[in-house]
Formats: sequence, structure tokens, C-alpha cells
Amino acid sequence: MSTLDKSMSLSGEPPKALNTNQKISVLIGMTGLGILVLQLFNLQLGNSALWLSISLLLIFLGVFLFSQAAYAHKHEGIKNDGVWFKSISSRGLLGWLTGIALTGFYIVLYFYPQYLGLVQDGDNTGVIALFDPLSKALSGNPASQWFVYGTLYTVGILAFGIKFMWKYRHSGYQRLRTLSVMFFQTAFAFIIPEIMARLNGDLPYYDLKNMWPLNYYNFERYRVNGFIDAGDIGLAMLLFGILSIFVISPILTYKYGKRWYCSWVCGCGALAETVGDPFRQLSDKSKFAWKVERWVVHSVVVFVTLMTTAVIYSYLGNDTSKYWLTKTSFLIGVAVILTAVFAWAMIYKRDQLQKDARYGAISYFVIIMVLLGMHFFSGEGNIFLFKSSTLRTTYSFLIGSIFSGVIGTGFYPIFGSRVWCRFGCPMAAILGFQQRLFSRFRITTNGGQCISCGNCSTYCEMGIDVRAYAQKGENIVRSSCVGCGICSAVCPRGVLKLENGPQEGRINPTEVLLGNDVDLMELVNRK
Amino acid sequence: MEHIVIIGNGISGVTLARHIRKLSNKKITLVSSEAKYFFSRTALMYVYMGHMKFEHIQPYENRFWEKNRINLINGHVDKVLTKEKTVSLSNGNTIAYDKLVIATGSKPNKFGWPGQDLEGVQGLYSKQDLENLEENAPNKNQCKRAVIVGGGLIGIEMAEMLRSREIPVTFLVRETSFWNGVLPNGESEMINEHIREHHIDLRLDTNLKEILSDENGRAKAVVTDKGETIACDVVGLTAGVTPNTDFLKDSGIELGKGVKVNRLLETNIKDIYAIGDCAEQHEAIGLRRPVEAVWYTGRMMGETLAQTLCGNPMEYNPGHWFNSAKFLDIEYQTYGWVFSERNKKDYEKHFHWRHPEKKICITMAFHKETGEFLGINNFGIRLRHELFDRWLNEKRSIQYVLEHLKDANFDPELYATYEDAIISRFNTDFGQNIQPKNKSWKRILNLH
Repeated sequence: MSTLDKSMSLSGEPPKALNTNQKISVLIGMTGLGILVLQLFNLQLGNSALWLSISLLLIFLGVFLFSQAAYAHKHEGIKNDGVWFKSISSRGLLGWLTGIALTGFYIVLYFYPQYLGLVQDGDNTGVIALFDPLSKALSGNPASQWFVYGTLYTVGILAFGIKFMWKYRHSGYQRLRTLSVMFFQTAFAFIIPEIMARLNGDLPYYDLKNMWPLNYYNFERYRVNGFIDAGDIGLAMLLFGILSIFVISPILTYKYGKRWYCSWVCGCGALAETVGDPFRQLSDKSKFAWKVERWVVHSVVVFVTLMTTAVIYSYLGNDTSKYWLTKTSFLIGVAVILTAVFAWAMIYKRDQLQKDARYGAISYFVIIMVLLGMHFFSGEGNIFLFKSSTLRTTYSFLIGSIFSGVIGTGFYPIFGSRVWCRFGCPMAAILGFQQRLFSRFRITTNGGQCISCGNCSTYCEMGIDVRAYAQKGENIVRSSCVGCGICSAVCPRGVLKLENGPQEGRINPTEVLLGNDVDLMELVNRK
Repeated sequence: MEHIVIIGNGISGVTLARHIRKLSNKKITLVSSEAKYFFSRTALMYVYMGHMKFEHIQPYENRFWEKNRINLINGHVDKVLTKEKTVSLSNGNTIAYDKLVIATGSKPNKFGWPGQDLEGVQGLYSKQDLENLEENAPNKNQCKRAVIVGGGLIGIEMAEMLRSREIPVTFLVRETSFWNGVLPNGESEMINEHIREHHIDLRLDTNLKEILSDENGRAKAVVTDKGETIACDVVGLTAGVTPNTDFLKDSGIELGKGVKVNRLLETNIKDIYAIGDCAEQHEAIGLRRPVEAVWYTGRMMGETLAQTLCGNPMEYNPGHWFNSAKFLDIEYQTYGWVFSERNKKDYEKHFHWRHPEKKICITMAFHKETGEFLGINNFGIRLRHELFDRWLNEKRSIQYVLEHLKDANFDPELYATYEDAIISRFNTDFGQNIQPKNKSWKRILNLH
């Protein structure tokens, strides 16, 4: 007994150290990664296509074999044994090292691509050169750092997607959902845009499953011009971009909740669910974190709305005889749409809003005032004193790079897997607004069966305290819920179920839980 | 301001405190010697298994208590002085109360086995038990084998915990099949198989005779009534629980197995109440037992007594029986009454369906003559609590329940469903021709 480490009385040593097969698979995967890292030093390995294939295959194989060694011999069911004892998944040394390495990678990727071997006006070197053959095969162009990233991203989602499906193989929902994100990443985010570029060189690069405001650049002058110049296909894509915001996504969100996007389609979500899965339990569930989350994410929405308006505004003309869409009519249009949405929410959904109403009201007020300001106080191309391009580069730097990449993914092992989706993604916020107000989606709780064990809250990647609702028997209609379904999967008592039901009775605060035979109306009246 | 003192901060005591706060401004004090902050006892296993840290099984943030003005006292109550209306703590302090609620829960049963108090012999009920287990069985090197005695829910949870650290487990079950005092035979048999699938050495129909000690007073082996000696480092005693009421012996509060209470949860002494595992009804309610050591009934008693204490006297009136558990990887829920062969009522008839390959089964109980649906046990399928509660209220027939079974499915989306197979089996067994109806939200939510 004396050898026992008494300092951790409630968490002993890992019950599952790596088994032999897992150690071998780590070696295989790391060898694949090692080939890429070696390329940073610009070794001339010769046949790039061959070495790239070897490297990616080894990475893929490593993850695959690791998953097999971890789950294949076990029974179907929830397998979280020892998650909090492992260094990598409990913010231990390995977790921190991984976090730092990932963050470093993102910083280099976004700001110093030359260190990866990106060469402007010349042949690439280093690790990027290794990807040239694949890029040329797909689009005909040499690789960029984004192509390298896109390839690794896709390989990550595919390999860890298989791991995820293995781990949750008892759940039909998890299997299908993961297949879906794997498909959308590979086809829509990776291959189709490249091929489109090959077929029609004038079209802007367009990941069709991304929509504004996630692709905040979609309505910039160069892109809009690009779409228009590319003829019918381009116009169709521009139209699709607009429809997806105002028609397609609201309809889908009405029917299925925002999960149709965040957990079935989105690439950021795909990475979080697959590569990020071992870290989902690290998200902060405190009330404080919830407060921060709401302020930050709503501010991002305000910012992105203003920025996009400003960007479009800056390249519209004033001449009513040439185009019907002038600076003035555009601003009025934006103001009308916002007012309509705001008024609708305040009039018809007032009683469902409460606290969020304040954020909504403040956001609305800020946007409208700035719109007015833009109209009256701005000179040509300037929004107040800023150039709209300054606004855009600021957003792109702060939100597009730092938040979504460097912090969002780099800090997986520290803050959990959905930091970006939770705190930063304007798309998630807008879909969440729709989900909260008019979707059929909810997480239903099962009468009085909750034992408050806390598995649901612990494994919620969005930091929702699911248990707080479940133990009260309340349906969960939080706007941040991405519908990943893990709370339902880890519940040992079958209390939680994702459902698209009728809106009647969707929000159901209960006075007394099921089990006590009391007449609820009588109880309420007696008070 | 009236001072309500609650002994015990388990689910009953805490539910009571929370609901009193919702309903009133009374002064509330919660006394516990187990842990300062409320935690979910049923989740202790997940801490040992590494699914959660201890803080995760605490449903409320620590500042919740202060914010809601619920005083927490970390202390052990030795005595209740009913005349002075005070309780005295083992540290010498006393607390005066206006109303006292006893919510002290249970303690593990010990049946006088030789060696039952040795080092390395323990139950699994309290936070301290968990800490003991972490010391006794930190890994498979220091604990070469564990023997668990008692074939119930805590026993199988303890086996699962130890297996998560790859510790070999021998599981002694007195009955001829796991938990067959509660489960009908088909289900009990399926769980036997599942236990063995998890490489747990299940010994049915086997009793503990004695626990042998080594020279340091630690358990080193158990002897069974089959004459076998099994070497082990840990012995888990999980043969049920009894109310934790020893400290009340001389208080004048009427005790039976637990603290005797009436339907208002009052004891024989004015202003003293008891709820949860430690409370015993004078008369059993319906088919229930007088003492019910169940999470949900503790919660319900807390909700009920809060109404009474806040001027709205309410009898404890538990609705239809329900419960749930998880046997390793198999989820179990039950609604209404399905009795085991041993306890089956003479009017009770069973319909049993088991999936040909997977570990999924249900048993439905119904009235032999009237065909009234009495209850369901479901394993590996989730079913909707509200609907079964309603169907039991409405005294629906088994035919009706089967016909509308798709409404009750609570499995996650895109799961395989088994209603058709279940119904066709029933039709074959009982010569009927029931056709399943499609799921209807209108019926589920009782919309008109």
C-alpha cells in the first residue's frame, strides 16, 4: 500500500495505459507526421507524390490502428474509462504540449507560411512543395499553405472520424452524423472547390456548404465581381449564397435545429467532433463562462453584420439611374430587414426571450445607430473614420485567424473542442437565435428518471449544464446546443433525447417532477 | 424566522432545502459529515472509472448554497434532544431547531460475517467508501483480485468499476440467478450472460461464509459455502442497505427498520420529520415497500415535505412506480409493476420478448383476466416515462399499450426499432392480431 500516491486520493493512475498495438500505431502515425516535419528543413526527398502518399497513409493508418486497438475488442457502449486520468485528455503535460504545438502550427500557418515553404512567384519548397503534385492533380495550381492545411484537415477528419464511429458504434445517430461530416468535408470543402477552380478559372473559390457570416468575405467586391463575370454559374452561386442565408438555413433550422449544420455539415464542427472528441469534457460549464460566451458571440455577430454592410456599402454607387441598388437603398434595405426580424422576435417571442432579449436589443440598437452613422457621417469608402477595408482586415485577423484557428483549434486540449463554435462563430450564433426562437428542435428529458450524475454536462462540448435542465425535467432549448447528441449517448438512465417535435409544449418549466401524484393546477392555485 | 435543520445532504435533504427556499424565506441549515457540498451518490462509480472528476458529480456550483441562503454545516450529529429541540454534534456544538428533518439515508448491510470489519472489506455507498476503494484497489497490481458479495445494483456497479481498472473480480450471488428476486427469469438470465461477457467471475447460488485475515488485519481471502477459498485483496459487501438511524436510539423518536413516519412524513414527535432512505411508512403505500432506498423516492419526499413545511400540508403520494439502472452496458428502465417469479401476484401474467442476437429484451406484465397493463421492464431500449405514467393512470389494456408502443420509444434518432418484432411476438404467443400504430406527436403530448 505504501507505494500509493496519496496526493490524488480520488483519481488514481490511468486504468488504461497504451497497449502494445496502440504503441505501435502511435509509432506508425508519428512516422507519417515526422516525414512532414522533416520537410520543414527542406530535405529533398525526391518523388514528392510518393513521399506525400506515404506520409498521409502512415498518419491515417496510425490513427486507424490506434482506434482498432482501443475499441475493437470492447463491447459496444460508452467507453470513457480513465479519460480524466490520462495526461492528454485532462489538461496534463501531454495536453499542454499538444495545445502549444497546435497553436504554434496555426501561427506559422496563418502568419508565416514562408516557413512552411510557400514561395510567391516561384516554386514552393519545404512541406508545401510536397503537396504540389496533389494540388496540381486537383486544381492544376501549385499548393498553397491553405491547400496543405485543407489536406491535413480532411485526413484528420477522415481518420479520427473512423475512430469516433468505432467509439460510438452503438449509436446510429453518431455513426450517420459522422459519415455526413466526413462526406461534406471531403467532397464540398476539399475536392469540389478545387475541381471547380479547374473547370472555371474565373470563379472564386467557393465551399458551397459555407454560408455568410461564416464566410464573411463572400460579398466582397472581388468575389461579387468574380461571380458576375463568371456568367450564369457564377450568378447562380451568388444567388445561392444569398438564399442560403435567408431561406435555406432558416427552413432547415426550423425543421431540425441548428444541428443540421453544426453537427452534420460544418467543417469546424467536423474537426471538433472527430479530432477534438478526446477533449470535449474540458469545456467550461460555469455560469461565468456562459456569461462570457453570450457577450462575446453576440458581439461577433454585431461586428460581422456591420463589417459586411460596410464592405458592400463601400463599393456601391450613388447613381440611381445606373443601378437600383445604391448606397442609400442598400442601407435602408438592411435596416428594414433587421427591424423586421427584431420586431418579430420582440412581439411574438417576447416571453421566450427574457435575458437574451437584452442582448438582442442592445445588438439591434448598436447596428442601427452605426448604419445611420455610416450614412450621414461617412465619406467615400470610409465608415466613420475607418476604411471599410480596415474593418475587414481587423475582423479577418481577430476572428478569422486568431479566434477560429489559433485559439479555436489550437486550444482544444485546454478549453475543449468547440471553443470557436461556442464563443466565436457568428454563424452558430445566428442559427442559435433561430433555433431558440422558432425551431422544432429540443432535447427532451424523460420524466423523473434523472439521477443528476453529471455525465451529460461533463461531456457537453458546448459547455451547457445539461443536468441543470434534466434534473428539473425541463426540455433543453438552449441556442448554443449544436445537437451533437453526446449527452444522450452518455446518459446512463436514458433521460435525454434529441427531438424535432411540435412547438406546442416545447418550453415546459415544471413545478413538480413526475413521480409525485399531485394535481399540478391545484398546487399552483393554492400558492 | 423559523429555523429548519436538515440532517443529511443527500438527494432528499437537498431537494427539501431547495424547495423550501423556492417557497419561503425560512432559515435553512443542512448538516452533513460526509461532504460539505451535495454530490450525486449514484455517480460515485464514474469518478473511480475516470469518466468524471468528483467536482463534476456536484450538481450545483459551490456558491449556489450561499446565494440561496442555505447554511452548510460539516459535522456529525450524535444526538437529537427532542425536549430541548436541539441536535448535538460530535464536536460538542449544538444546533437549535424549530423543525427538524432526518434525511440520513442508508448504510451497507453487514450480516455478522466473520472478518467483516477487516481492512480491505468495504461497502460502496458514501464518499468515504469511494476514497477507501481508491486506497484498497488503485490498480490491478495492488489489488490482484476483488470479491464482491451480494447480487444487486451496487454489486454490479462495483464490479464494473473494478473491471475498468482490469482488476479480476469474483462476484458471489446468493440467488440462483442475478437479482432474480426482482427481475423475471428471462431478464435475470440475460444479465448473467452479460456479466460473464465482461470477464467477471460470476458465482451464482454461492454464499460468503467467512473472510480470512492476514497477519496485519487485512482481508486476504474469502471462504464460500461451497467450501472454496478465494484469495483476494478487497472484499466488497453490497448485500443491500439499511436505514442509518443508530444515533436516534435513545431520542424517543419511534423507530422500526427506519424512522417511522406517517403519510405527511411526520415522526411521532412534533416538528420532527424523516424523508428518504431512512424513512419508514407505517403502512406500505400500494405495492411499495415501507422503506424504499431509491433515488427518486427520496427526491419526491423532499418535494412533498417542502410543501408541508411551507404551510401547504401535503401527503407523500408517490405515483406509479418507476426506476432505472445500468448493468454494465445495458440500460434498464421500469414503469409500473413487473414482479419476479418469486414475488409474482396470482393475477399477474407476463409477456417476454428478447432480441435473437443483441442484449435487448422487455417484459410486460398484465392482468390475467382483464388484460390491464400493469408494468414493463425494458433492457436496451429507452421508453418515455410520461406515456407509461399516463397509460397506467388510464388503466390501458396491454393490447392498447402494444398498439401505441411506437409513441413511447425514447431511443435516440436513427436507432433500430423493435416494436414490430415485439408485437408480432405477442401476436404469436397470445393468438392476437395487433397492428402497431405510427408514432403520433398529438397522442404523445396529449394535444387536441
